[in-house]
Amino acid sequence: MASPGYQPVNLVRWLLWGGTALLFAVAPLVFRQGFALTMLTQMGTFIIFALSYNMLLGQGGMLSFGHAVYSGLGAYFTVHALNMIGSGALVFPVSLLPLVGGLAGLAFGVLFGYVTTRKAGTTFAMISLGIGELVHACVLMFPGFFGGEGGISTNRMVGKPLLGITFGPAIQVYYLVAFWCFVSMIAMFALTQTPLGRMANAVRDNPERAEFVGYDTQKVRFLQLVLAAFFAGVSGALSCINFEIVTDENVSALRSGGVLLATFIGGTGYFFGPIVGSVVFIFFVVALSGFTQAWLLYLGLFFLAMVLFAPGGIASLLMMQLPVIRARRFGELVPPYLLALAAGLVAFAGLVGVVEMVYRISDQSLETQMSLFGIGFDARSPRPWAAFALLLAAGVAALGFAARRVGDRWGAIQNQMQEGQR
Amino acid sequence: MSAAAIELRELRKSFGRTPIINGVSLEIGRGERHAIIGPNGAGKSTLFNLISGRFAPSSGSVLLEGEDVTGLKPFQINRKGLSRSFQVTNIFHNLSVYENIRCGVLWGAGHRYSFWHRVGALREVRRRAEEVMERIGLAARRGLPAGTLTYAEQRALEIGITIAGGANVILLDEPTAGMSRTETAYAVALIRQVTEGKTLVMVEHDMGVVFDLADRISVLVYGEVIASGAPADIRANAAVQEAYLGALHKDNAHA
Repeated sequence: MASPGYQPVNLVRWLLWGGTALLFAVAPLVFRQGFALTMLTQMGTFIIFALSYNMLLGQGGMLSFGHAVYSGLGAYFTVHALNMIGSGALVFPVSLLPLVGGLAGLAFGVLFGYVTTRKAGTTFAMISLGIGELVHACVLMFPGFFGGEGGISTNRMVGKPLLGITFGPAIQVYYLVAFWCFVSMIAMFALTQTPLGRMANAVRDNPERAEFVGYDTQKVRFLQLVLAAFFAGVSGALSCINFEIVTDENVSALRSGGVLLATFIGGTGYFFGPIVGSVVFIFFVVALSGFTQAWLLYLGLFFLAMVLFAPGGIASLLMMQLPVIRARRFGELVPPYLLALAAGLVAFAGLVGVVEMVYRISDQSLETQMSLFGIGFDARSPRPWAAFALLLAAGVAALGFAARRVGDRWGAIQNQMQEGQR
Repeated sequence: MSAAAIELRELRKSFGRTPIINGVSLEIGRGERHAIIGPNGAGKSTLFNLISGRFAPSSGSVLLEGEDVTGLKPFQINRKGLSRSFQVTNIFHNLSVYENIRCGVLWGAGHRYSFWHRVGALREVRRRAEEVMERIGLAARRGLPAGTLTYAEQRALEIGITIAGGANVILLDEPTAGMSRTETAYAVALIRQVTEGKTLVMVEHDMGVVFDLADRISVLVYGEVIASGAPADIRANAAVQEAYLGALHKDNAHA
């Protein structure tokens, strides 16, 4: 990764990108239900958003609490453009609308970035939060452009169909998102390999030193933010096309917090981290929210667990395994990993039981007679409480034991690998 | 037209009401190796911070090769051909050795804030970074994160980043601080080699290093230059012996 790149063709990189493209192409053929397609489309949109967020957090060291501003405003401009196409006031292909969103995001990046990027660190975080709130308030204050609380709805099936593509069927929207997601991924990866991208890393690590090698750190942060805002706008445009409505929720702190959560869960230290994070996050939001009211609680607990035990995110957990796999010793870790997984599942089952019963009892509108894991019971009777509490306690204890086993094995392998190097 | 590499005119700096630099006037010629010595708290590091733009002076001016750079930002002064190192190692810890050096090269090579060049494909940047890495003897460590280097290696990297941009005037702040004798000897040879044909200004506590490297020495005491001249003159200067070297001898006698 840090090597200066003597090899003319980076085969692994080509394979990874090719594999990603293939995955994007065949995913809807494998997951055929409409529900899965909805989820995949949202994942693609969110991947762009999270990668653009990581241009700030991971690559530039800027913790933003208001990134939804750029995607949301991009979405608003897209919805107006789409409506103008619909009324015939504008002739523009729907498939290129993400450029409109991107340019809107970029323009607001120039405007707000000029203010936010003057300082790094906590000051940046606070100002980004302030601007987020400001924009959200403005969106509700000017219903003429933003449509007030109801938002602005639209119809994506406008303009002349190109090669029979109307964007009516969800599958066509999926491929539009997949195309833009892939292009944006490549573009954002390419940006990490440019002088600006590299200096953003340098400014993140040590802004003072960057000033003394000739770089205006403020300008590095500014340009990085403007470029990130462009991609946020692209993602906003795609969500507008997908949902055919844009509301104040698109610029809200909730969404800004969501992208922070997803990026952090995936891991900010590696380029692919936010991609993994987006997949997990959208799974929580879309799939889990259909099953349980408590999905936000589960997401919160998961986030908490990641912050406490794996601050590098899923990406760093995966990358940690690489040297062990290369040394052909991953097999030794499989038994303790499986043990930990089993313990985790037991603890999780206990947790789910307790949480769901709490929801049943606290919400008056629900019946207390319920069923979980195929077993029917009454949430008011003490026996299921005792059973799930026991399950939770046993699972946590087993998890602690398994974690120690993993740690011991891991430490031993690391030691032996280091000695092998000497 | 040959203006001095650095000229300080009546430079003053106070923090609150405490004066730290008290009217320093000094000329450092081009190609000179100039050492600034003085007891702890004399204001040597502050003087460096004033010259390199980390702080703005309270009054007076700093001229770099005849051009007034007083009050400019560090990156502006750096672009005019002055580069500095730090007393406390100041590197990019999470970046590799090679990338650290490359950060020092990029601006000087004219790539500025480009986001349309692939950095790996910039031949001139690579050539310069390779050359600097060879010179500081860290070529074998190229891929390691800078934070994992030994202390002496980090100090060498610090110097490497400083010279990478090709600046004509190099400021080194205690380059051998905390080094063993062997490491110091190595560092002196390195400094001599990488500042060949350039102007070097250094703050240094190790008198061996100072008298070994410097063409001229200035003695800073309580924010004032009390003497400036060739090493032999400084050694013979009564005021210097009283104010500084004498104090050192006394310390040594107690120790």
